[in-house]
Amino acid sequence: MSELSTLDRLEAESIHILREVAANFERPVLLYSIGKDSSVLLHLLLKAFAPAKPPMPMLHVDTTWKFREMIAFRDRTAAETGMELIVHINPDGVRDHVGPFTHGASLHTEIMKTQALKQALDKYRFDAAIGGARRDEEKSRAKERVFSFRDAQHRWEPRRQRPELWNVYNTRVHKGESVRVFPLSNWTELDVWRYIAREAIPVVPLYFAAERSIVEREGLLIMRDDERMPLAAGEKATLQRVRFRTLGCYPLTGAVRSDAANLDEIIAEMRASRTTERQGRAIDHDPKSSMEAKKREGYF
Amino acid sequence: MSAPNTPDLLRFITCGSVDDGKSTLLGHLLYDAKLLRDDEMATLGDPPDFSRLLDGLALEREQGITIDVAYRYFSTAARDFIVADCPGHAQYTRNMATGASTASLALVLVDARKGVLTQTRRHSYICALLGIRRVVLAVNKMDVAGFDEAVFAAIEREYRELAAKLGITDVTAIALSALDGDNLVARSPRMPWYRGPTLLEYLERVPAQHDAIDTPMRLPVQWVNRSGQDFRGYAGTLVAGRIAVGDAVVALPSARHTHVTRVFDGDKDIDAAIAGQAVTLTLADEIDIARGDVIAATHDAPEVADQFAAHILWMDEAPLLPGRLYFFQLGPASAVARVTAIRHRVDVDTQESLSATRLEMNEVGYVHLSLDHPVAFEPYVKNPALGGFVLIDRQSFATAACGTIDFALRRAANIHWQALSVDRTTRAASMQQHPRCLWLTGLSGSGKSTIANQVEQRLHALGRHTYLLDGDNVRHGLNRDLGFTDEDRVENIRRVAEVARLMVDAGLIVLVSFISPFRDERRMARDLFGAGDFAEVFVDTPIELCEKRDPKGLYAKARAGELRNFTGVDSPYEPPLEPELHLRTEKESVDALARRVVEFLERG
Repeated sequence: MSELSTLDRLEAESIHILREVAANFERPVLLYSIGKDSSVLLHLLLKAFAPAKPPMPMLHVDTTWKFREMIAFRDRTAAETGMELIVHINPDGVRDHVGPFTHGASLHTEIMKTQALKQALDKYRFDAAIGGARRDEEKSRAKERVFSFRDAQHRWEPRRQRPELWNVYNTRVHKGESVRVFPLSNWTELDVWRYIAREAIPVVPLYFAAERSIVEREGLLIMRDDERMPLAAGEKATLQRVRFRTLGCYPLTGAVRSDAANLDEIIAEMRASRTTERQGRAIDHDPKSSMEAKKREGYF
Repeated sequence: MSAPNTPDLLRFITCGSVDDGKSTLLGHLLYDAKLLRDDEMATLGDPPDFSRLLDGLALEREQGITIDVAYRYFSTAARDFIVADCPGHAQYTRNMATGASTASLALVLVDARKGVLTQTRRHSYICALLGIRRVVLAVNKMDVAGFDEAVFAAIEREYRELAAKLGITDVTAIALSALDGDNLVARSPRMPWYRGPTLLEYLERVPAQHDAIDTPMRLPVQWVNRSGQDFRGYAGTLVAGRIAVGDAVVALPSARHTHVTRVFDGDKDIDAAIAGQAVTLTLADEIDIARGDVIAATHDAPEVADQFAAHILWMDEAPLLPGRLYFFQLGPASAVARVTAIRHRVDVDTQESLSATRLEMNEVGYVHLSLDHPVAFEPYVKNPALGGFVLIDRQSFATAACGTIDFALRRAANIHWQALSVDRTTRAASMQQHPRCLWLTGLSGSGKSTIANQVEQRLHALGRHTYLLDGDNVRHGLNRDLGFTDEDRVENIRRVAEVARLMVDAGLIVLVSFISPFRDERRMARDLFGAGDFAEVFVDTPIELCEKRDPKGLYAKARAGELRNFTGVDSPYEPPLEPELHLRTEKESVDALARRVVEFLERG
């Protein structure tokens, strides 16, 4: 081999970052969201520490509204990799029956995702939480460091980010403070798919086109994954050939009409795509809760 | 791994002065190259305002300036790109450095009407400092400069002169208009005299990141991988050369020799790897290798040293002070470092060397650095991965500086670590404080101990190292053989002053809370200390008030004749004539007084 490709470089950079985390933090954790980025992240984590087991657990913050296929995939993945899996659900949200239909997308996300994540990080005293966010996802993410410092209240202060030079990362934090680490910062959505294809990484089948039961609502194609989703008068679910570009809570995640049923077709579709992946996320279209504002409050 | 036709990656930055049209240039380039997505286009308005594509923070959009570096990713048929859009303001130089550190090319924008400005010089200097040797000089706004070839030629000439001085060896100047799109993707019919490439042509053809594949092998160890009973692997990213099973290697700084038995890519055994790959090695001999050590080619290993000459860019609000200690991070190697000398500061706007005793935020200097233990390194120009370091503030943990090693101050191939001689200055530096004796004098019941306690708590909260010597407590131990005769009073003060002096020598801030009624005794104590290391604090409370408070019932006993030689009753108190601090307790609260004392100490 004489020259490294983009994917080779991205892979090496991410592995380097993961090893820095393991070497410098007392209680690191992999934030596992079950999506394609998490799948890549987990694959890189296993590679970084092979033949040993990665020296950290994975944490899934379960909002109780994830697609059922996601939960099945999560449990299968944990069993197959032998990774320790911690699942955290916000008990206050469960008590108050919080959900996107009763409380709205923003409040649901705030309580079941942001609050829940902070609860879990505090409960297990994790000092570094590794996430799969990429800078090409969104404008404020494009500005975030790989090692993103959070104060004791988990807040991000964009004006006071630490300079970050080369691949020399300042990993020092005081007690109670923490960092969010983004090893996939420099990957694009296309890189993620090309890498999944190259390394044959398993992903949730929802990414591939299939006939699914779809309700069209406010411009989004919502898959009715269970009976908790009420149908308005005149609304009905129809079978449509769709796939998902991102995965989250099923009521908040729009599908795209697509015939891409395998990795090659997804990559071809990606190359021709005229929209970004977050377009399908209901939460990003709520003007009161920009990603930057959410991140400052502790959202991933 | 990589198929021959997989794309390579070019990482570059854009920089330039405010209003040069940086964001517009990038936005328009992506638009013309048909790389913007529909939902992104929709956010730009009609007609599109391309600058809105990149300013991602709410504050940036409000103020219309770029604060932090934004990364943008795009691909053409030719290759993949990562571009870091860097802020132009001098106060955000550290963010620009962040972007520049991972780039191999800089796109420097100049407004054709303004030419090379101070900020152009500053940015070019920072680029050069971080090792960028290739610059595209984008002479923008040619449309408002009448597409005048002479204007372009003059700017190009001036910039080439600057670049040559900075060691930027490869400059390509392109005449363009970011607003109208001239020479971005399509050749401009309005500047027929321009014969160079369009910007996109240039970016697609310029050599991308070159790896140090043909230089001697270096692997800084990030992580020692233990699996099961027997497996011990050394994980890290190859920063130079190639490695293959069977290669002879040396571990540094221990200088132990061995050879490679296995090379892992993930859990797969591979025969060989090249610079840029993250691998795990196993070695033939069991030698002690830890994180931060470097495994290198035996025939050509890097130097090991603990003292360096280096360029640094100071990035913290608290200035660099020589003698202070910082954490030093060079790849995975960390140490404690002290800047022993600032050789000079560089005015990055004029490239002049100036003398300096400190470096403020965004200033660049050339310094000598001393570490607490040796590390393997290479000059930054030879290998950035083994020559680029950061300094971290030991209290705030802020990233205080980035630096590039020039050379080792002593040739150190075989030297072993010489401890810095540990003296008062080093101990004080390691505690990051000015050790001093603060002598609180005043009547019994005047409030000395109460104030001293508060002061100590506040100092502790500031991370200061302190000790409180209280008259009553010392008389229970060290001085329990002493009574209250004049001789014993003098001996009492002498011993306490000597103890305080030792503690100051050890680096502590010592609070002495003693009645110490006589000026001569206090003078004797003061004379034990160097100038500035002793401060007399007069805790001034009228005797009537002390007597009213009488916290220990001593005044009552003295008045009753049960206590002899009691200061203020039947023994005099000589108030200080020129105390460093005069605290009137009837006028101010204990809180306010303690705050004044702490402010006095923190002023240095």
